[in-house]
Amino acid sequence: MSYDEEFYGKQPGLKVWAGMLPFFLPFRGQLAIICAFMLLCSGVDALIPIFQKYVIDSFIVPGRTEGLLSVAVAGALLMGARMAGAICFTRFAIRVEMGFARDLKKACFDHLQTLSLSYYNTTPVGYIISRVMSDTDRIGVMLAWGLVDILWGASYIVFSIFSMLALDFRLGLWLVVMIPPMALVTMWFQKRILRHNRLVRRTNSRITGAFNEGILGARTSKTLVIEDINIKEFSSLAGEMYGGAVKAAFWGAAYTPVMLLFGALAVAIILVRGSASVMGGLMAFGTLSAMVSYAISIFEPIQQMALIFGEITATQANIERVLALLARAPEIVDEPEVEERYGDSFSPKRENWEPIKGDIRFDDVSFRYPDGDEFVLEHFNLDIPAGSCVAIVGETGAGKSTLVNLVCRFYEPTSGRVLIDGRDYRERSQLWLHSNIGYVLQSPHLFSGSVRENIRYGRLDASDEEIMEAARLVSADSVIAHLPDGAESDVGEGGDRLSTGEKQLISFARAILANPAIFVFDEATSSIDTETERRIQHAITKALKGRTSFLIAHRLSTITMADVILVVRDGKIVERGGHRELLKKKGYYTQLYAMQYEQDLIRGN
Amino acid sequence: MSRGWRALYLAAFLFMLLSLFCGFLLPQTIRFVVDSVIGGRAPEGVPVISWLVSALGASGPSRMRENLMLAGALVVLVAALGGVCGFAHHRILSKSAEGVTRRLRERLYSHIQRLPYEWHVGVQTGDIVQRCTSDVEVVRGFVASQLTEIVRVVALVVFAYSILFPMNFTMALASFLFLPVILSFSLVFLKSAAARFLAADEAEGQLLAIAQENFTGVRVVRAFGRERFEADRFDRQNRLYSDLWMRLGELLSTYWGAGDMFTGLQMIALCLVGVLQASAGSLTVGEFIVFLTYNSMIIWPVRGLGRVLSEASKASVSLGRIGEIFDVLVESADSTEPVELPLRGDIEFDHVSFSYGGAPVLRDISFTVKEGTTLGILGSTGSGKTTVAHLLCRLYELRPGEGGIRIGGVDIRRFNRERLRRNIGIVLQEPFLYSRTIRENVASLSARYSLSRIKEAASISQVDTAIEAFAQGYDTIVGERGVTLSGGQKQRVAIARVILREPPIMIFDDSLSAVDTETDARIRAALALRRETARGVTTIIIAHRITSLSGADRIIVMDDGRLVEMGTPAELLASGGVYRRINDMQRGLVADEEDFDVLR
Repeated sequence: MSYDEEFYGKQPGLKVWAGMLPFFLPFRGQLAIICAFMLLCSGVDALIPIFQKYVIDSFIVPGRTEGLLSVAVAGALLMGARMAGAICFTRFAIRVEMGFARDLKKACFDHLQTLSLSYYNTTPVGYIISRVMSDTDRIGVMLAWGLVDILWGASYIVFSIFSMLALDFRLGLWLVVMIPPMALVTMWFQKRILRHNRLVRRTNSRITGAFNEGILGARTSKTLVIEDINIKEFSSLAGEMYGGAVKAAFWGAAYTPVMLLFGALAVAIILVRGSASVMGGLMAFGTLSAMVSYAISIFEPIQQMALIFGEITATQANIERVLALLARAPEIVDEPEVEERYGDSFSPKRENWEPIKGDIRFDDVSFRYPDGDEFVLEHFNLDIPAGSCVAIVGETGAGKSTLVNLVCRFYEPTSGRVLIDGRDYRERSQLWLHSNIGYVLQSPHLFSGSVRENIRYGRLDASDEEIMEAARLVSADSVIAHLPDGAESDVGEGGDRLSTGEKQLISFARAILANPAIFVFDEATSSIDTETERRIQHAITKALKGRTSFLIAHRLSTITMADVILVVRDGKIVERGGHRELLKKKGYYTQLYAMQYEQDLIRGN
Repeated sequence: MSRGWRALYLAAFLFMLLSLFCGFLLPQTIRFVVDSVIGGRAPEGVPVISWLVSALGASGPSRMRENLMLAGALVVLVAALGGVCGFAHHRILSKSAEGVTRRLRERLYSHIQRLPYEWHVGVQTGDIVQRCTSDVEVVRGFVASQLTEIVRVVALVVFAYSILFPMNFTMALASFLFLPVILSFSLVFLKSAAARFLAADEAEGQLLAIAQENFTGVRVVRAFGRERFEADRFDRQNRLYSDLWMRLGELLSTYWGAGDMFTGLQMIALCLVGVLQASAGSLTVGEFIVFLTYNSMIIWPVRGLGRVLSEASKASVSLGRIGEIFDVLVESADSTEPVELPLRGDIEFDHVSFSYGGAPVLRDISFTVKEGTTLGILGSTGSGKTTVAHLLCRLYELRPGEGGIRIGGVDIRRFNRERLRRNIGIVLQEPFLYSRTIRENVASLSARYSLSRIKEAASISQVDTAIEAFAQGYDTIVGERGVTLSGGQKQRVAIARVILREPPIMIFDDSLSAVDTETDARIRAALALRRETARGVTTIIIAHRITSLSGADRIIVMDDGRLVEMGTPAELLASGGVYRRINDMQRGLVADEEDFDVLR
């Protein structure tokens, strides 16, 4: 699926914009103010040629000076009003732009907090980011400034037409007749300019991608000695960019002279017909000058309107994407009565929460991933008494995390039930469950900020002592001791400044701090040196005491401590039982186990 | 800028000046019509008009009066001429500016490709990408628009006032005096607002970071039930950011309003002076109109000049940032004529010491890998294992006095570097896959290999089933724009890539770490089988996992840059040293008698 498709050549559709109405309403007052001040400004703008005509006809031509002061005062007042109008409408426009984008961002972000993990698993983060950050910004800009520009353009054109007709009806008519062809030509050009600009933007983002890949992949490219291939390909991309940009510039370069020619034609008409009238005494000099002013200046609002209409249609795509995000229903929701009793994720009613023991029972559970068509669990039953440990083993990609996803209610059973302390977990809120689960991921995710803040994420009201205690319990204190600023050290974006093993220890401390009844540990497969690994082993042993736990394990030492071992192959549980029991079966588990114990070790011993 | 572009660029300027000149003729034409045709005065001002008038076949204003169409034609002619010049200007300018940008991009890209490995290890990708894109864009903006715009405005002002001052000194002065005020006002404003713009940008960056971390860490957020906490954090930053902009907006609106005010006041001042001058008889109606028109032609570009100047000033910063990349030296060429000897035979490290940034990484390492055998390297993080591999590929170069590395008795510095690398297949610790099809990735972007050979390589590295499970199979695109592979799958694709090239020397730098033990064993078994058929492949395996090393002919154990143990796996187990200790740590815990019985 392509996530960056743009929408071309669509007509402005009110329906799409209507979807924005709920966000639009709180700003209606401010939008009205913008309109009022905008009209004031364009009115003054359209009056300037009239003002000049008055100066010419009443003062310059007769060579008069009396009354000049009042004209100056009137002019200054006009300009003062224009300034006040400009200050007000820009101020409010920025407020609307930012406020609207802010509200939309918040709505998107809040909604994203409720969406199921299956959404995140199938949608690239970059795609979500651009919905929340750039689409909302663009909509805000269009709402505020699109309105400003359209209103200015439209009212300026209307005012000008009105003034021209009032000044000299027949000559004015000549100019009015020229507006539609000007608009048509403008639209013709704008369409091409917009299209080419879009292509250029797209090529540009490909160039960014190429640089990104060229730099990220440079080390690998060196070892493969394919620098020359890369350079050649980039060169053709840069050539494509050149061709596209030059072509886009062509339409822009052609458009302005054409419009100037239109303006000149209008001026020529006025001069030819107007001069005759002036000589015949039928028209004043000032009128001629004002008409010329209008003829020169009217093409600007036309151009602006064409531009804005193009952008409105482009913005529709942004709106559609944001609306689609907001309309996306979470796949896992609490029943209304559950929400009533336990509260939702944003405002939990903790006073109604029952304490948890940690008994878990899979009762005739069948499960199929929403995007899959095969059942990975069928009529699965498993009783896990509180405090026992379940290990899940199997090959990479065999589907070991399915069970964990179900226990955490990241996915719900397609049929059957998962019971916690004897009750279907759907009878309690998601937050209740999540607050009782400690989770250590295979590739642990930390948030930028200090080590302390990251551990505190497990329990927000924990004191510094409690945090250090949790760190000590899982031997994360030695990691902290090695950091330059101890617990205050910044872990970098996503925890980048720490190694995988260190990150896992910190996230262990975070999970322990929450003191959960259920503990989920996804053992890291990636390289962790033996010392850190021993620390993690030690941490697991401590952490599991008195908790119901699930271990996705890769190392035998972790597996052998489990009460039940589930062996997963091709997404299905093929064997289950205790370590000894499974070995005696001489089945797949024995095979896996033997792999670890290779002949040389036995010989060596 | 090369000479060809420079000539083109100058031509663009020339046309710009020409079109500017034509633009100036329009008000002059109007003045000629108003004053000379209608008013009957002798033509004054720019002589070009009189010349054009006679070229059109009208000998003078009186002839024109009888044939007003000629006046109209004159206006259209002047505009058409200006239009043609303007078009030529933009067309040539875009060609030269885009051409220069293209060359800059290409040079940057190829320079970066040729920069030493060391540089790539040290840099922040985001920072460099930004230099190659945003900074290049700033430079492009300078070449394509700001520079011409600055020249255009200066020419506009010079042109206009060289006409206006002789026409009517007082009027010209009244108009001119406003320009420095308007320009310095906008410069001072933009300077004072710069800090606020920066603050707003930073706030936006932080907002972006919060969103990004929330989405990538969604499992953690959910697992801890921190939706409320996250929403609050986002909301706070969101408000902070929009509030900063709203306050900036207050400043901006004042700036724009004041700018409008200055413009308006200038126009009124012109009118007042104009009236006074006209009543004194030293200003005609035509001249007055010319003043008003020229004034409106100048005022907007001058108002915009402040912004253009402040943006242009960024260009030198960007050029500096780009220049820093070019200042880094590319990988040096081979110093002497490279030898054409085959890259075969024993690999020999002879008293190799290496330090990086002053800190010693390898201390006096000596060992030999016989041709066709497998060497295992074990050691903790930072013990220098990877450096051994990198030195062999000449990703880092040994300096004089740091010992020597030989292949088949020939110092590796005597081989052509690229040829050396082609003959050593190394799978890096964190292999990179290009955002292309799996097929292209396995084939290292080369069209040389048939699909069946690619499939064979994928099957040896145990990734074929995973690939075939994708709907598009080997044509599946990986990376950002396609399917995301797991760490283990990536490693296996990278292994297939090296296998396909059939190099005489292969290095696996911890490249089975994200693969589970069973697959790891199968890959090693498949490789061993292949080694038997294709004799003479020398292999180096670097690993943390004892099982990954157990099939090696010899193993060296490294600690803090030193070689602490060396021998066959059995010897090392018997000797009871570091290897044995790590072995026991990794496996000892479960070794009891009963398990062995079952296994037998």
